[in-house]
Amino acid sequence: MPVLDNNPAMTSIENEMKLREAFSQVLSIPPESITDEVAYEKTEAWDSVAHMALVAAIDIAFNIMMDTDDVLDMSSFGKAKEILQKYGVAV
Amino acid sequence: MLLGDKIVWITGASRGIGRATAIEAAKNGARVVLSARSERGLSETATQVRALTATEPEIIALDVSDPRAIKEACKQLLARLKRLDVLVNNAGVLKEALIGMIADAQVEEIMRTNAYSVIHMTQCAARLMMRQNSGAIVNVTSMLARTGGEGTLAYAASKAAIIGATKSAARELAPHGIRVNAVAPGVIKTDLIAHLPEARLQEYQCAIKMGRLGEPHEVAHVIVFLASDLASYVTGQVVGVDGGMCI
Repeated sequence: MPVLDNNPAMTSIENEMKLREAFSQVLSIPPESITDEVAYEKTEAWDSVAHMALVAAIDIAFNIMMDTDDVLDMSSFGKAKEILQKYGVAV
Repeated sequence: MLLGDKIVWITGASRGIGRATAIEAAKNGARVVLSARSERGLSETATQVRALTATEPEIIALDVSDPRAIKEACKQLLARLKRLDVLVNNAGVLKEALIGMIADAQVEEIMRTNAYSVIHMTQCAARLMMRQNSGAIVNVTSMLARTGGEGTLAYAASKAAIIGATKSAARELAPHGIRVNAVAPGVIKTDLIAHLPEARLQEYQCAIKMGRLGEPHEVAHVIVFLASDLASYVTGQVVGVDGGMCI
């Protein structure tokens, strides 16, 4: 199981805020501008280098280690939320 | 202490250069994580590390030719130790055969163990090191990657692949504070050359400017240097450790 030590008590709203914060910091976008449609290579700052930084930020934020298939599949903020659920993160 | 408090993961740690690296790293203050297929060999390395350094190594049995096992090992390491500072990609196999006599299965085994493993291990290690924006990866290639050698078509190709991987990874990971270098040992006294006839070893010895074969710890010293902060401005380099055989 890929989840290492998650906190099950975190609510989905808190988790979404945490995810939004990670996106905001890495992509330098205000949190309120991050919607499900913010997408890889469509959002200016989200290039391949930023993608890896984003993965690292999400790994740290949720104490997980995403599989490579999920790293490749994480094409938008909406998709990131979907993927996190596979790791037991309610979002 | 060159590696004080650093978590250093060494593959192929059950013998030879891997074992020597584990001992030298631990002597330099590292907390070593030992991986290899042979649990017996790992246990022997662990015993030597304990005896010589009074530190307790972590053991993660791993067949580096299996990418899924690498991912699991990475997760284990993260769960147990929470971080990774240094990866030494040392695991490798040497199988010699003349060009017309290399079985497909042998090519596959050599490439999987020596080359693909470095790619997969680098992927996983980089993910862990990017969390702290620092780290060092040291790959063990071979002098044969530069010179080639009769009977080593697949082996030399697999080791040359490591040089390409080292340079590409160094370029890509430098912005994340991760350095990637390689050592290219010459003829070192390990199990890998134990099967060679005396006449061949004599031939090698004549070609070595320093007039003797290398010792595993002499390679380990260079690995420890490249892994340490003393090499803080060194990345993408391949350092020969061959007594002047390849100049």
